[in-house]
Amino acid sequence: MTIRRAVITGLGAVAPGGIGVDAYWKQLTDGQSATGPITLFDPSPYRSRIAAEVDFDPVAAGLGPREIRRMDRATQFAVVAAREALGDSGLESGAAPAERTAVALGTAVGCTTRMEQEYVILSDSGRDWLVDSSYAVRELYSQFVPSSMAVELARLAGAAGPVSVVSDGCTSGLDAVGHAVDLIQEGSADVVVSGGTDAPIAPITLACFDAIKATSPRNDDAEHASRPFDRTRNGLVLGEGAAVLVVEELEHATRRGAHIYAEVSGFATRCNAYHMTGLRADGIEMAEAIRVALEQSALAPDDVDYVNAHGSSTRQNDRHETAAFKRSLGEHARRVAISSIKSMIGHSLGAIGALELVACALAMEHGTIPPTANLREPDPECDLDYVPLVAREQPVDTVLSVGSGFGGFQSAVVLARPDRRFP
Amino acid sequence: MTSTLADGAAVVTGIGIAAPTGLGTSAYWAATLAGESGIRPITRFDATRYPVRVGGEVDGFVAEQHVPSRLLPQTDHSTRLSLAAGAEALAASGLTAQDAPEFGIGIATASSMGGFEFGQRELGHLWALGAQHVSAYQSFAWFYAVNTGQLSIRHGLRGPGTTVVSDQAGGLDALGAARRQIRKGTAAVLAGGVDSALCPLGLAGQLSTGELAASDDPRGAYLPFDRAAAGHVPGEGGAFLILEDPAFAQARGATVHGEIAGYASTFDLFPDGPDADGLLRAARQALADAGLAPFDIDVVFGDASGRPDADRAEAAVLVALFGPNGVPVTAPKSATGRLCAGAGALDVATALLSLRDGVIPPTVHVREVDPGHQIDLVVGEPRRPTGRLRTALVLARGHGGFNAALVVRGPATTAAAPPTSPANPGPSRP
Repeated sequence: MTIRRAVITGLGAVAPGGIGVDAYWKQLTDGQSATGPITLFDPSPYRSRIAAEVDFDPVAAGLGPREIRRMDRATQFAVVAAREALGDSGLESGAAPAERTAVALGTAVGCTTRMEQEYVILSDSGRDWLVDSSYAVRELYSQFVPSSMAVELARLAGAAGPVSVVSDGCTSGLDAVGHAVDLIQEGSADVVVSGGTDAPIAPITLACFDAIKATSPRNDDAEHASRPFDRTRNGLVLGEGAAVLVVEELEHATRRGAHIYAEVSGFATRCNAYHMTGLRADGIEMAEAIRVALEQSALAPDDVDYVNAHGSSTRQNDRHETAAFKRSLGEHARRVAISSIKSMIGHSLGAIGALELVACALAMEHGTIPPTANLREPDPECDLDYVPLVAREQPVDTVLSVGSGFGGFQSAVVLARPDRRFP
Repeated sequence: MTSTLADGAAVVTGIGIAAPTGLGTSAYWAATLAGESGIRPITRFDATRYPVRVGGEVDGFVAEQHVPSRLLPQTDHSTRLSLAAGAEALAASGLTAQDAPEFGIGIATASSMGGFEFGQRELGHLWALGAQHVSAYQSFAWFYAVNTGQLSIRHGLRGPGTTVVSDQAGGLDALGAARRQIRKGTAAVLAGGVDSALCPLGLAGQLSTGELAASDDPRGAYLPFDRAAAGHVPGEGGAFLILEDPAFAQARGATVHGEIAGYASTFDLFPDGPDADGLLRAARQALADAGLAPFDIDVVFGDASGRPDADRAEAAVLVALFGPNGVPVTAPKSATGRLCAGAGALDVATALLSLRDGVIPPTVHVREVDPGHQIDLVVGEPRRPTGRLRTALVLARGHGGFNAALVVRGPATTAAAPPTSPANPGPSRP
């Protein structure tokens, strides 16, 4: 039996600092930070008052009034990114059989924004535990459940195959693309619209991230607050956005002459079974995920040209991850280029893994590695090459992208050239 | 022995249940066979101002008996129920993290709305009292992956972990995801779904679908396939199963309750339209995946929406597959309400118990099956077929167009019986 392989044939992005793949890529390779003071609402009650917001006008982005009414902000992001990705792949609705088209969308916190807005109305600003459902909008349910996001993408793409949301905290974006690969490889679909979306910049998110001191309080220097691997890092900067990747069976893509960005050659995830928000310093589970993803790709650590790090800019993550790279890549960890784009676009929870994979595919496409912005004082405990400040021109044939999420999820995805030589 | 299993099958070695009709597998199964109902007036909050005032609550659940005290402040009700059911499934299978290779046990759960009651409470703290009153645990207690994370931590499960959200189809999709993990080399997976959104905000959300029955009669509100069907009642609970690689289960001497022989999921772009064929496609694909034909199926556990048009659509699928009244159909969920992401997993657990004991539990409350459906719905007393009861088809649909189908086969002792055809019905269970 021939092995079915999964390749990326379309990209779409809605990111802080840039809507559309071209603007997003320019942002990243310029090393420009998109973090700033929160403008979506008054953040003054909160410890951390900064975020990487998307400058998003749904009308300008092509959404109709009904779509805007029924969709959460995160759903709107996903739909805009999916339209771009489907256009890029040449697979607009109807171009592939519906039964062979699937959706795998990652999200960590789903319709948070709209849920909170509707809650405030139904509960009269929290005064009424027994909310008054007569104030509910029609189809309130769709604004509470993240499955409605997958429904929207399925309708957009004309997908009648397997459709679901993958929600694994901050690895959701990577895991959704991994799920897409599973669906292709096992033969359940030929085309999967996959990716991630989240719009978590809402009062409830700020309040709970404040409570665990996960977010950076560097309010007076918002632009430089996300500084992964820097000695002075003091927390993540919340972000938002969406990325969609069209993942397609290799033969299917080749037959129709599609442009192939990369093969998704490996995907693995492991749980650390340790703590809902804490990480052990040793990075064992992430290292195992990396090892398995490389093994699936028939690649060795030395083959990796670029590592897209989780690099969330928290004290514990960046140390944990550095240990995982050393454990899984050995000596090559000291040679390979590693960077975290969260330094520029913040941490958009379930979206970020997909945004990072888009960046990885573009790094392979353009032979450019986006930098880790704001990394000026290296942490002695993070002693690898994190490509500080300035993008690096370099051929990139194999990429490793990793993620780490609340709940203990540790994931690794490998992108490679489909025509690479196998040992 | 494993040669009788479907290619790439996963065997079930443990069941854990938290349902309105019983907490724990034996209590649940006894109540289900006795035709007891778990649908009662909602007690968790004052529901008198809602048009829907009955639901399936897990009765008599004392969280302190199932959840360590340090986890109580950080867990939603649905997570506490999940911890209880997950622990029961693992204990029943005799599996611990020490029994498997490192990273050898994975986890796959389904959720529809996350820890919704916890989320509502913390939103209330934020908006009524201020940001400083929000629990630090809100950062994860309400989100969809919480049960995957908490169960993984509680039991030291370090293999692949994932959370599926596909509304009410999710319970089956999580089992499908678990079987996929096993095919890729994981020895065992804790999988299923336990869900709850029986809080004011959750009920308001469910009400907006227009799919709930506006009735406060616990025995008359949810009547799937009945002439009087007029929607469903909400419920909470679900089940977790231990799925294992057959060789791994055999090597450790585990008791096998049956196997997940086939699975498929599909989507309907126009779920209420006349051309919606997703459920039929899912069922056919799951059968093909199991290497079975419709005549191999001995009982169907229906999705049983309770909305007349959706019941009609499901009945049409059953007639297309099996012919009019061609196979016994049951929906024990009429006694629990619809459990969101918990429903499919509980139906699979119920199917396994049904195959084990050679008895089909009834669809309680239903008095007059709509004759237009042309389905053989098991109502009233449990049915003990004189013929074969070895293989079950479980169907699920989720709001928005999600469909899933899963084929369960009884334990290998019966699976080893000679092949059968409609003309040559197999031996009945001993």
